[in-house]
Amino acid sequence: MVLENKEIIRMEGIYKQFPGVLALENVDFQVHKGQIHGIVGENGAGKSTLIKILTGALQPTSGDIFVDSKKIIISNPIVARNIQIGAVYQDLTIAKDLTVAENFFLGQIPRNRFGFIDWKKMIQKTVEVLRELNIEVDPNMILEKLTAAQKEMVLIAKQYFKQYRVIIFDEPTALLTSKDTEELFRIIKKLKKEGVGIIYISHRIEEVFEICDTVTVLRDGKKIACIPINETDIDGLISRMVGRNIDDMYSITHQHSKNEILRVENLSKTGVFNNINFTVNHGGVFGLFGLVNSGTTKIARAIYGSEKFDQGNIYIDSKKVRISSPSIAVDNGLGFLPEDKKTEGLAVKLSVKHNINLSSYSNISRMGFVNGKLENKNAQQLIKSLRIRTPSAEQIVLNLSGGNQQKVVLAKWLVNQCKIFIFEEPTAGIDVGSKEEIYKILELLIKKGSAIVMISSYLPELMGLADQITVVYEGKQMGTLSRNEFDEKRLLQLASGVL
Amino acid sequence: MDIGKIKKKTARFHEMNIFLVLIVLIISFSIMNNRFLSFGNITNLLRSTSIIGVVSIGMTFIIISGGIDLSVGSVLALSSVIAAKLMVSGTPIFLSIIISLISGILAGLLMGIIIYEARVPPFIVTLAGLSVFRGIAMLLTGAKKIVGLPENFANFAVVRVFGLPGMAIVWLLIIIIGVIMARYTVFGRNIYAIGSNQEAARLSGINIRASIYRVYALGGLTSAAAGILMAARLCGGSPSAGSGYELDAIAAVVLGGTSLTGGIGGIFGTFFGTMIIATISNGGNIMGINPFVLEIIIGILIVLAVVFDHIQKNKRS
Repeated sequence: MVLENKEIIRMEGIYKQFPGVLALENVDFQVHKGQIHGIVGENGAGKSTLIKILTGALQPTSGDIFVDSKKIIISNPIVARNIQIGAVYQDLTIAKDLTVAENFFLGQIPRNRFGFIDWKKMIQKTVEVLRELNIEVDPNMILEKLTAAQKEMVLIAKQYFKQYRVIIFDEPTALLTSKDTEELFRIIKKLKKEGVGIIYISHRIEEVFEICDTVTVLRDGKKIACIPINETDIDGLISRMVGRNIDDMYSITHQHSKNEILRVENLSKTGVFNNINFTVNHGGVFGLFGLVNSGTTKIARAIYGSEKFDQGNIYIDSKKVRISSPSIAVDNGLGFLPEDKKTEGLAVKLSVKHNINLSSYSNISRMGFVNGKLENKNAQQLIKSLRIRTPSAEQIVLNLSGGNQQKVVLAKWLVNQCKIFIFEEPTAGIDVGSKEEIYKILELLIKKGSAIVMISSYLPELMGLADQITVVYEGKQMGTLSRNEFDEKRLLQLASGVL
Repeated sequence: MDIGKIKKKTARFHEMNIFLVLIVLIISFSIMNNRFLSFGNITNLLRSTSIIGVVSIGMTFIIISGGIDLSVGSVLALSSVIAAKLMVSGTPIFLSIIISLISGILAGLLMGIIIYEARVPPFIVTLAGLSVFRGIAMLLTGAKKIVGLPENFANFAVVRVFGLPGMAIVWLLIIIIGVIMARYTVFGRNIYAIGSNQEAARLSGINIRASIYRVYALGGLTSAAAGILMAARLCGGSPSAGSGYELDAIAAVVLGGTSLTGGIGGIFGTFFGTMIIATISNGGNIMGINPFVLEIIIGILIVLAVVFDHIQKNKRS
């Protein structure tokens, strides 16, 4: 078996030192022909660092990489491409405004004997590859116009077409429906049959069990285990990943106030969400659960005034409010913590201090002049109370870790003394330690009577934190469960449209 | 080592660097030619630089906000023509100046409105502005310079306060106001935030509309102020004044360390950048260097400044 499935890549004793953090410590990893090798670990465990090293985006501090048992230095992504290592998560060689066929032949367009582009050959070959993988996409379609799932399939097909020997999948199902996921797995299995070595990274443990042969567990930059998948189970894997009991992770003290702080009535937007109703009390944590594109994000953004809606009313402290823009939302005591911190939550080129005060400048100024003392005080106070690890308040936010960045976003709303926090995927992309700290902060917030509306696609977290969860499927409110009714299976059923 | 700390330092570093370049330039020119550092020449240098200097201040704010303003030269000409026409028709000087400034604000505001409401890129809107406002200035004057300004006004170009040219004093005042606005006002903070990440700024509750309106209005205002200085210097309103100023101003801003992608930069940097360009042409002229060669040198310097910045950043990260 081992002899048959020849090793393609071997990484040995990989260390990666970042300023202040040892991201990888003596990690070994290998991929064989026709093997699907999963990598699991919490955020910050070192998965993406390992992959970045393999694809040439980062250089290891020490350690060796062997391809076909020959030592090789992957000094940049081009080298990776030349030794036929591809990653599906972000192919830099994809051109969104070109057609599928053009993308397949990018950089090596076939020509006919007059020197013109040989369209016929391009289309023919593309159709062949797509058919081989059973992908139903028109080769003349412009990539931009495809769905996320189709784009991903095309990307995979392209790498297959280019005869890549190793293909890396980094959270490939994040944007896919369950039907698309099945389709993806079918293609991955097909690639495996063809002898492609596959690296599969996912937060969804069930998927790892469904598709991988072998799994490597990383924790805090160290390789904890590398085991055949049939020698472990979900619990075993999770306990290796976290190295602690998962029950403790999501527990917070809940509040039981009866005074409503936020009420949403009949919120509707044609084709996006329909007739959404819910009430959140002081100290409440309200969960909005739905699979990708269910409409939960749009609902949250509509409440915050950053997305328009057709009808419905919003009440804060039982008073009807009209929130037509985020700045009006902020005036009404709302705060919004977007999932993508770097593109939506932070001005990363600016200092921690500036970011912490970002929504509060009108409160700490007089006649348009900023009160520098208060600005500093706010920053110092929150850096201390949220334990934001930064050398100084003047530090540029770009250089903080994900967890600390999330804390800066939180700090922004704490300074502004907002009452209702709308939290999108609160702990996406941050490490376990910071997660716990953020949960502690949430606990403190609700204790003070603030309310939290939490949008998450990660059920264990949502079930651990929320005292009510409403499930949305295709813009419809499928049902609302209170804490004692929480049941993972039931919630997932609702989210998949099963009543 | 901590990258962030170094990066922050590099931002300040740049202002320091560019300041040092300026000092080195001044020292070397004064060694090579003793006429350079004479009081007369220096004050003359300040006076002749003041007009583009004022334009560059407004430009700095716009570039920090992530935008660009190509219309500055045309707005300058239009405001200068309006001021001249009003004065010639007997309107009091003070009132003429105010109306001219307001026209500049309105021109900028109009572009800001289109940029924000229609989501047209600033480059396009202000490129159109460059064309439209120049056209209006030409139409208003029949493409002729308006002469016969009141002596009291024209005298301003030569007036000196404590030995300093009045025009330079106006520039320095605008620099001080600019520094205060950039560093100590909510407007300044918001402009940096918008330039760094407009979506994050919006979701943080910053009123983007108001900030964009204001920053382009401010650009119009500084262009108009420069137009009034220009009218005083030329003793008249010239509809062709200020052409090409947009690029000179952008050059000064970039040389001063402000990032064309927004979010990073400052007024002092722009001041030093403006002065370096002026010093090279002034010093070079005194030394009899071919002005075309000087243009080449300035071009190379701009590229070097940005390359140097990148190298420093890369080396340390």
